[in-house]
Amino acid sequence: MIEIKNIKKSFGDKIVIDGVSAVMQSGKCNLIIGTSGSGKTVLMKCMVGLLVPDSGEILYNGKEFGHMNTEHRKELRQQIGMLFQGSALFDSMHVEKNVMFPLNMFTHDTYAEKLRRVNEVLDRVNLNGVNKKFPAELSGGMKKRVGIARAIVLNPKYLFCDEPNSGLDPQTSLLIDKLIQEITIEYNITTIVNTHDMNSVMETGDHIIYMYQGLKEWEGSRKEIIFSKNKRLNDFIFASEFLRDAKDMRMLEAKGKIDNDRDMDELLK
Amino acid sequence: MTFFTEFGRYLLMLKGMFSKPENGRMYWKEFMHQCSELGIGSLGIVAIISVFMGAVSTLQTAYQLVSPFIPKATIAQIVRDTVILEFAPTLVCIVLAGVVGSKIASELGNMRVSEQIDALEIMGINTKTYLVMPKIVAALVVIPMLVVISGVLGIWGGKFAGTVTGILSAQIFDRGLLQYFQPYNVFFALIKAYTFAFIISSIPAYYGYYVKGGALEIGRASTKSVVVSCIMILFADYLLAQLLLNSPGA
Repeated sequence: MIEIKNIKKSFGDKIVIDGVSAVMQSGKCNLIIGTSGSGKTVLMKCMVGLLVPDSGEILYNGKEFGHMNTEHRKELRQQIGMLFQGSALFDSMHVEKNVMFPLNMFTHDTYAEKLRRVNEVLDRVNLNGVNKKFPAELSGGMKKRVGIARAIVLNPKYLFCDEPNSGLDPQTSLLIDKLIQEITIEYNITTIVNTHDMNSVMETGDHIIYMYQGLKEWEGSRKEIIFSKNKRLNDFIFASEFLRDAKDMRMLEAKGKIDNDRDMDELLK
Repeated sequence: MTFFTEFGRYLLMLKGMFSKPENGRMYWKEFMHQCSELGIGSLGIVAIISVFMGAVSTLQTAYQLVSPFIPKATIAQIVRDTVILEFAPTLVCIVLAGVVGSKIASELGNMRVSEQIDALEIMGINTKTYLVMPKIVAALVVIPMLVVISGVLGIWGGKFAGTVTGILSAQIFDRGLLQYFQPYNVFFALIKAYTFAFIISSIPAYYGYYVKGGALEIGRASTKSVVVSCIMILFADYLLAQLLLNSPGA
């Protein structure tokens, strides 16, 4: 379990995160959502230790990340996998070497064992026959999948995904979302996803945190989000008229007002 | 950012390099890769520069020594000492600051901007140890070798130009090479080579490692690293000459 307590972070005079506290649920897909500049990426970077918060605590299974010595921090980081916005694959290495890199660095397995594991995770992310291709030869969706494969190759306990759908078409986005969700359940990982993609929110969000101007504005599940009365959250989630109508329909449906197709036609008028 | 802030961060980067490697074999591989990239990759340009620099030294020295009272073997002595003391270490290292320095800065800068360094950090790898140290150690190993090769090729280039143009015969050149030879000069050239190797690997590594922004900033960091490295080489060159050649004990 990851617990964050009263995290504050500022750059110069600009306060980016202003006292955010939350608990990331174990074995679930936790989503941090919010508009661009709301502080979600900075919060994630604080959680993984790429940025040091000005104050507050980040606890991994009750142990404060900031107070860990270098060795403990290294051990913890080997339990963390991260998918970056731009995939962050090593340009000079082909796919196989990219995925094998953590195994080469942290295990003493034989080459055959490592290759078997690499093929296993590549197969899991539905990538076959691309072992010898370089990142420059892959599409955006393929790069993300290689990034996921590299992130899970050491069987991590925590998976962080920073905007996994950015730059992808809706169909590929859904595939990536589905993959993240399946991996979370299959490997029993605590997954934290930064996103402002509404499909992701509705598809994968077991636990959702909505950030607004550096503050935690709302927290709940994807079922609760439909019925939330938080105006800022509603404005963000249901930004388009189409989504607002969809929400209204869902609410009416929940209240039992839509009983048949005829009523639906009337509503759409 | 003030000079002291940057210098402090540079020192902290160097300090941060010293940690236990996560996997010795991977670090060794990276070190060997860097030796090949920095050494073999620069061999061609070093060879070309060295031969021409020696050849031009012979021609220009001969042009200036017009007195019939000065023996021709003196040309070889001057070429030898010029190449060993200054041309091979300093000129070659200034060229390498451009070749190797820009390569190091842009490689690390690109890794920083595309979050590859962050990805390594997340894995629990000390990126200063894994990315910066092998480059500096490789430079300390291969650049003095390149300087030695440059010295040999420079002198050979001088001899070749001298004999081809008929300024002096190969026998006279060889005799001149051996006259009044001071082995201390070679030691001095190697001290310079090690110092310059450290400068042309660590300064670009610093600028590349801490780059912020995008492609434009990578280019700027690369250019700045080459400029700063060249200035530091010239400064160190003067300082070493003063300390090792002109101090009362030398």
